[in-house]
Amino acid sequence: MKIVVLIKQVPDTAEERRLSPDTGKVDREAADPVIDEITERALELALTVKDRDKSTEVVVATMGPTEASKSIRKALSMGADSGIHILDDSLAGADTVLTGAALAGALRGTGADLVIAGNESTDGRAGMIPAMIAEHLDLPLLGSLVSADIGSDAVTGVRVSELGTQEVVASYPAILTVTERFEEARFPNFKGIMGAKRKPVATISASELGIAAEVRSTVLDLAQRPPRNAGRKIVDDGNAAAELVDFLAARRLI
Amino acid sequence: MFEPTEDQLAIIEMVADFATEQIAPHAAAWDRDHHFPVDVLAEAGALGMGGIYVREDFGGSGMSRLDAALIFEELAKADPTIAAYISIHNMVVWMIDKFGNDEQRAAWVPQLCTMEMLGSYCLTEPGVGSDAAALSTRAVLDGDSYVLNGTKQFISGAGSSGVYLVMARTADTGSAGITAFLVPDGTPGLSFGALEAKMGWNAQPTRQVVMDNVRIPAGNRLGEEGTGFGIAMKGLNGGRVNIGACSVGGGQAALEKSIAYLKEREAFGKPLIGQQALLFEIADMETELETARTMIWRAADALERGTADAVRLCAMAKRVATDAGFNAANTALQLHGGYGYLSEYGIEKIVRDLRVHQILEGSNEIMRLVIGRLAVER
Repeated sequence: MKIVVLIKQVPDTAEERRLSPDTGKVDREAADPVIDEITERALELALTVKDRDKSTEVVVATMGPTEASKSIRKALSMGADSGIHILDDSLAGADTVLTGAALAGALRGTGADLVIAGNESTDGRAGMIPAMIAEHLDLPLLGSLVSADIGSDAVTGVRVSELGTQEVVASYPAILTVTERFEEARFPNFKGIMGAKRKPVATISASELGIAAEVRSTVLDLAQRPPRNAGRKIVDDGNAAAELVDFLAARRLI
Repeated sequence: MFEPTEDQLAIIEMVADFATEQIAPHAAAWDRDHHFPVDVLAEAGALGMGGIYVREDFGGSGMSRLDAALIFEELAKADPTIAAYISIHNMVVWMIDKFGNDEQRAAWVPQLCTMEMLGSYCLTEPGVGSDAAALSTRAVLDGDSYVLNGTKQFISGAGSSGVYLVMARTADTGSAGITAFLVPDGTPGLSFGALEAKMGWNAQPTRQVVMDNVRIPAGNRLGEEGTGFGIAMKGLNGGRVNIGACSVGGGQAALEKSIAYLKEREAFGKPLIGQQALLFEIADMETELETARTMIWRAADALERGTADAVRLCAMAKRVATDAGFNAANTALQLHGGYGYLSEYGIEKIVRDLRVHQILEGSNEIMRLVIGRLAVER
């Protein structure tokens, strides 16, 4: 089986993350770039398949600037077999439509049985890319799963929505997205780290994908998040429960 | 040599992540409860930390002495005790890999590299420490086996290890009469003393190893008869660099905690970092740790290349780094005032843990003896 995992390099969530007020883009100087933790879980899922069946081929794919190659290298050190890096200055600041088209273009020729992605990234959080790719490639999408069973003929999974639990199934090829309910990623071992640079990484430009690097959406404005205000303290003089209910009801939380 | 390679940076990052997530959050509790985390050691082993500079054919990581020093510094930032334990284990595995025949290597090295099995280094005896050549544990050849009698003192991991690398006397010819043996756990006659109550290093057990007519196959002899002292000393050369790296890591953690504390704590109307006398303390800690780190890297490089001055440089590195690490931790405690004395701030533990690094793997007085003798013999 061939699995392609979509990984994304994002600013470390453990540090302060900022948008640049001039460009509206992520300030890449503000925090260390790391592999998005949800896409790391996606990679972990793929690697568990490879643990069970060594013939499984795991490819990681990403679109990002030159430094994103470090994230590919880390994924290779964790156990992925090869990498695909969509690298093109004209794609800097790409919106979801363009990113979806570019990733779909890169996936088209891979012959992947299964594409695994995160349900959303920790920086952009649009959560649209996997669905867009599914449309481009005409693949069934098993989105926002809380568990998955990757079998030899079909993939099944469970997704939880506000309305209940859904069991979903698709035959290959398919695309699935994981949530933070999946296992945390493994640490790369020393052998993996030393061997990562010998693994192949294909670099692809926008023109090779045959896409026009045209951004259809623009950021009009952005504002700093306002500082948090002090909360209101309810002192229990006998009717705190009622006050609490009123407080929550006034904010339409219950 | 002074700039880590891309691979080394990736290794440092992985070890730092592992130490931050799997060791640091538990270090205080392990110290308090005297808990030896063999499960976490096995996780470290799975990542390649059990046989860092052991050849790859039987499961070692095949990395360099410098790689090892970088790894031990990162581990020690989270917990000097665990880092130092892994360093001793690596010394044992390397000795079996280096001086064992292929049969012995195949029998022991794979499971030691994954740390599913642990190894203990048994040289010191109750009355024989620095004068190791005077050890009295005896091994007598009887048919196709050796019978060992004697007691080993201050043995890290004793009672938990799967194999004990024991230096014993096979002839009354001083250091030339010492031979190395592999004693498997569970051998009849092998027993352990009570857990020693210690100042620090509480997350690893220290016990006596007692051998009463312990019979092992002659095939468990490591190297030829009479080569044990040399094997023990060669192991210690690497052990000295590694324990030094552990001291630098512990000292660095204490320094970083101190910088954060001095920036945050206010007295006399401004943060303490504004007091030049205290800033100078930070400068001295930083300088001494960087000096030690430089010395460690140089000694590791000499050991890797097998240069003629490796013994001298390893002794210097051990002395400089274990002093610098302890001094940094002790200064950090002073800079934290009363809070440094409380367990909660994690400083007093570093002081307690690093204190013993000045004593073991050859005390710092013995390091001066080695360095001094080599200096005047030149």
